[in-house]
Amino acid sequence: MLTFLTRRLMSSIPVVLTVLALCFLLVRIAPGSPFATERALDPKTKAYLEEKYGLSGSLPEQIIRYGTNVLHGDLGDSLKFRGRTVVEIIAQSLPRSLLLGSIAFTLALGLGIPMGAWAAARHNKAPDHWLNSIALLTLSIPTFVLAPVAVLFFSFGIPLFPPAGWGTLPQLVLPSLCLALPFVGVCARLTRSGLIETTGADFIRTARAKGVTEKTLILIHALRPAVLPLVAYAGPLAASILTGSLVIEEIFAIPGIGQFFVSGVMNRDVFLVSGVVLIYCVLLLFFNLVTDWLTAILDPRIRVQS
Amino acid sequence: MKTRLILLFLLIVLASSILGPWLSPYDLSDVSNLRLDSPSKIHWFGTDLHGRDLLTRLLYGGRISLLVGFVGATVSLFVGVTYGLVAGYLGGRIDNAMMRLVDILYALPRIVLVIVLISLFDLKLKTLLDHTWFASLAPHARLLLLFVGLGLVEWLTLARIVRAQVLSIKERPFVLSARLIGQTTLTILFRQILPQVLPTVLTYLTLALPAVILEESFLSFLGLGVQAPLASWGTLLADGTALLNPIQSPWWCVLFPALVLASTLLLLNFLGDQLRQSRK
Repeated sequence: MLTFLTRRLMSSIPVVLTVLALCFLLVRIAPGSPFATERALDPKTKAYLEEKYGLSGSLPEQIIRYGTNVLHGDLGDSLKFRGRTVVEIIAQSLPRSLLLGSIAFTLALGLGIPMGAWAAARHNKAPDHWLNSIALLTLSIPTFVLAPVAVLFFSFGIPLFPPAGWGTLPQLVLPSLCLALPFVGVCARLTRSGLIETTGADFIRTARAKGVTEKTLILIHALRPAVLPLVAYAGPLAASILTGSLVIEEIFAIPGIGQFFVSGVMNRDVFLVSGVVLIYCVLLLFFNLVTDWLTAILDPRIRVQS
Repeated sequence: MKTRLILLFLLIVLASSILGPWLSPYDLSDVSNLRLDSPSKIHWFGTDLHGRDLLTRLLYGGRISLLVGFVGATVSLFVGVTYGLVAGYLGGRIDNAMMRLVDILYALPRIVLVIVLISLFDLKLKTLLDHTWFASLAPHARLLLLFVGLGLVEWLTLARIVRAQVLSIKERPFVLSARLIGQTTLTILFRQILPQVLPTVLTYLTLALPAVILEESFLSFLGLGVQAPLASWGTLLADGTALLNPIQSPWWCVLFPALVLASTLLLLNFLGDQLRQSRK
């Protein structure tokens, strides 16, 4: 197990660095300067600014300089939000996105799994068909369609929840629901199809023939292999949902990491963009690792080879 | 039966987007004094901030949104299938390297890729088009790039699916016999293996279509996609959302674009679902 973990961690490092270098390169070669203002910039001032922020020299030089700094834990200074380091910005905004994301993630799994299990127990009956259609409905409606409509109805129509902002509990309700709903449908469908497939498998028939009660059959025998597709889906989902939804943060005016990312991309704020991409990439690889580990635990056919 | 009903609805959406603008008495950017007028007999879906007819704008927007979907999905289809075929068939180190590239691109946020692509080639394509027959297209260079760009970020999943299929297909006897009788790699790839993966690919197309439409609306929503005076369903929804405030909320500017967008996506997803079930 330990060798597996270390090997995976070692092989992740080059991936992270490549992604980071590629991201840095892409933002740097895009036209437009992070220092651009309405007035034309004096070449001397531009050279000074580039020197100051470590953006002078050829592109490979810049990338290597940036990479060395990152390995030393320094993500650079934001070019747009002058006087703030990228680490500061991330430390301030990431917890908000993480909180919102973890509520939405819990909601997606907490609602989706029971819904799917309920439908699977009534396979090919009316409730199953209905639930399947509802699941398809929720997963077809993107968050940026859902969110404005929800604000329209539940903030301005019936004033139940505040339409935007951050800090109080009611302000969390609409964004986390809108963020979670599309994924509820996906989770329900995955659970349903997983359960239906496993309950038809040979080992379930054998267990039933041996006289195992229906409850143990579902909870002990069937559930473990049935959640495998869900686990495979939930890993990348966790990474993307936790790093914040650009749209949700935009609509509900939540100062999370997604908003900084969008403004960073617009302003060619290369260090900010690369910093956020770094966080996202690390989270993605981490959750992929967790997924593989969980899969190995749940499925005796896939055991870690050490 | 159900599939036919879905296809009929989709056809209505398509036909109204193509024909609608000709039937409407208004133009895409006809302004009037009736600003933010609620739905009435003159303006069925109401008007927006500048007094433009919302229904007309939705019909024009449908053209852009659907076109983006088709072009983007087709581009992703070509790139993804070819990439997956080659990686899966050649295998070994080449496969490994090709798939690592896919992993890396997966980890890069798509909006960065699309924005860089658009801003890098916008001017170049414009000047290029100016000197060819397609000079009339030059003002829309940005839009063209958006179409292609969305396809170019959407192919990753398809490449993985195709590769996984090819891995198992290439071990089957008929591929071995084709190799034995001396067919070239290219012939084997496109004449023997491609027909085998095609059903999966076509099913995936019904999923890629809504995905690309969604991606475009999402970019337009953030103000990065389709630019004024053109409109897409995404920009219309974004405009409507920006109008919401506690004093006055013109519900029609949000609800109608949302309904049109959501129902089209739903129909396409339903169709994909039906196709997948019938294949099982």
